[in-house]
Amino acid sequence: MSATTPMTRQEREARRARRKADRIRDLHANDLPRSMQPSAAVRIVTIAALVITLIYFLFPIYWAIIASTKTPSQMTGSNGLWFAVGIDQLPNAIAANYSKLLGWTRGNFWRWVLNSLIYSGVSAAVGTLVAVMAGYATAKFNFRGKNLAIGVIMGCMLMPAALLTIPQYSIFHAMHLTDTMLAVIIPCCVSPFGFFLGRVYAQTSVPNELLEAARIDGASEARIFFTIVLRILAPAMVTIFLFLFVATWNNFLLPLMMISADTLKPVTLGLYGMVSLATFNDRGALMMGALLGVLPVIVLFLGLQRYWQAGLAAGSVKG
Amino acid sequence: MTTTTHAANAAGDRRSSKPKRSDAAKREHRTGWAFMAPFAILFALVFILPIFWAIYSSFFRQVAEGGGAYGGGKLVNKFVGLQNFQYVVTSATFWSGIGRVLLYTLIQVPVMIIAALVLAMLLDSYIVKRVTVFRLGYFLPYAIPGIVASIIWVFLYNGQISPIVKGLAAIGVNVDFFAKNIVIGSMANITTWTFTGYNMLIFLAALQAIPHDLYEAARIDGANGLQIAWHIKLPNVRAAALLAMLLSIVGTIQLFNEPEIMSVSDPSISKSFTPMMMALYTSRGTLTPSGDGPASAIAIVMALIAGVLAALYALAERKVNEQ
Repeated sequence: MSATTPMTRQEREARRARRKADRIRDLHANDLPRSMQPSAAVRIVTIAALVITLIYFLFPIYWAIIASTKTPSQMTGSNGLWFAVGIDQLPNAIAANYSKLLGWTRGNFWRWVLNSLIYSGVSAAVGTLVAVMAGYATAKFNFRGKNLAIGVIMGCMLMPAALLTIPQYSIFHAMHLTDTMLAVIIPCCVSPFGFFLGRVYAQTSVPNELLEAARIDGASEARIFFTIVLRILAPAMVTIFLFLFVATWNNFLLPLMMISADTLKPVTLGLYGMVSLATFNDRGALMMGALLGVLPVIVLFLGLQRYWQAGLAAGSVKG
Repeated sequence: MTTTTHAANAAGDRRSSKPKRSDAAKREHRTGWAFMAPFAILFALVFILPIFWAIYSSFFRQVAEGGGAYGGGKLVNKFVGLQNFQYVVTSATFWSGIGRVLLYTLIQVPVMIIAALVLAMLLDSYIVKRVTVFRLGYFLPYAIPGIVASIIWVFLYNGQISPIVKGLAAIGVNVDFFAKNIVIGSMANITTWTFTGYNMLIFLAALQAIPHDLYEAARIDGANGLQIAWHIKLPNVRAAALLAMLLSIVGTIQLFNEPEIMSVSDPSISKSFTPMMMALYTSRGTLTPSGDGPASAIAIVMALIAGVLAALYALAERKVNEQ
């Protein structure tokens, strides 16, 4: 955030309180009275439990990496925990499975990844902007029907959204939009949860005084929103963007209903088509596709870590 | 949502000091809706319209007109009143699907939420210092699409290739993850694997927002770590836990990806294993009666059940909270 962004008193106090909390925490971690320090036994048991849990969460990914280098016969015949060939042979094994992956997907694999990027990128960008606009509207303006709108949207947050896929298909079919990119992008743009986050962020971090000052200076509402409010909300918007991006990337039911053309499939639907082929037997190539297909999401998450963790904190506290 | 009412009150006060429906109020009304409009239009198209469409179409059924004389007969929509609902609520298949999903929810949601809470508390305690590896490691599965996670786990359940099954067999434990009574647990494991870390991060964020002075005060009063966790930390993550619980309950009602993938490699899992699968395959014509009408009826009954469950849970939670 730029240095010119004003900080409300509340924010300053919150920051001071956090710093103090961190100091106390550090102090305690290093300088707890003997009676309060966790005993060695407690420490060892806890760390062991945490490490075992970590193995549980990472093992399937590790196995998928190993499996992505194997041929169907190596898959059943070799040690499941390690590569079937020597390290020097590994590049060849990877190249072999990669070309098999392209073969199984009829050369469409990267097309599917690109489709997923388009679906997720566009949905998340549009969805974040409209959610933040609506959240800002309900947080800072009084308009007729506001409480009804909030009630309906929040009610839909608890609606099993997958159920809507079937009627959505009928409606999009009537509009001749099925089997087009819009059939995936439009439904994925709308997130009651994104609205909820946008509203919470606008309430907590956009100071009324600032808006008033800008109005007195003669700025139009659109200008205030696009030049001031969006800048303040930028870190929070990263959180909503990521949330929508992942939700779209991981969505399977919607494209399953809406998309039938091979060239329009997202990577999830493409891989599913590969598994459900009657002749399918090449699990190694599939695992390679699965790994390559999640890479963009992981890169995005790690790259934007700082933002979404802060955003998550804001959302959870107010939730 | 107390902040909401504050904002609304403040705005209301400002307005009441002026003549009723002043220009300023009108302008505020217009501006508010202008910002609201894009979301509202999309929301109407994606949520409101489909809900009404589902209700409307649930009163119809597609039937062939005039038999097969003209090449199979054209399909026409016929008004059937409540017949579709009658079919759903008397369908044993539907209720056994609901039963499976409820059982699933009953086991999976508490296990996941409690695991997420415990992990968050451990990472927030003084016991461990370097937590970044754990935090990111636990969260990583969330980035894996449910369908891909299901594929990986189905391979890990497969006796021919899985090092887990082989390893267990080597120490004398023969386990069949596809066995009739175990298969729901196998699916629940996939969901738990995917979402525990996500929930943990939300709880961790709530925990880290607690002022640490509180802990200090409790320490001085002689509280130990467990007491602090129970009396200070737990009440402070309650709101976050309630929301996570509600979203998880609603999420598991629409269970689809895991059973769908498992049914690919295990044909004994039927096309109506869960109500969501039943709705989808009804609308696609794989199950009879087929078409939008019966599928919509299934979806509506499911939504009602989900709503009742979420409301019951929220009420129960409030009751417990008051005590």
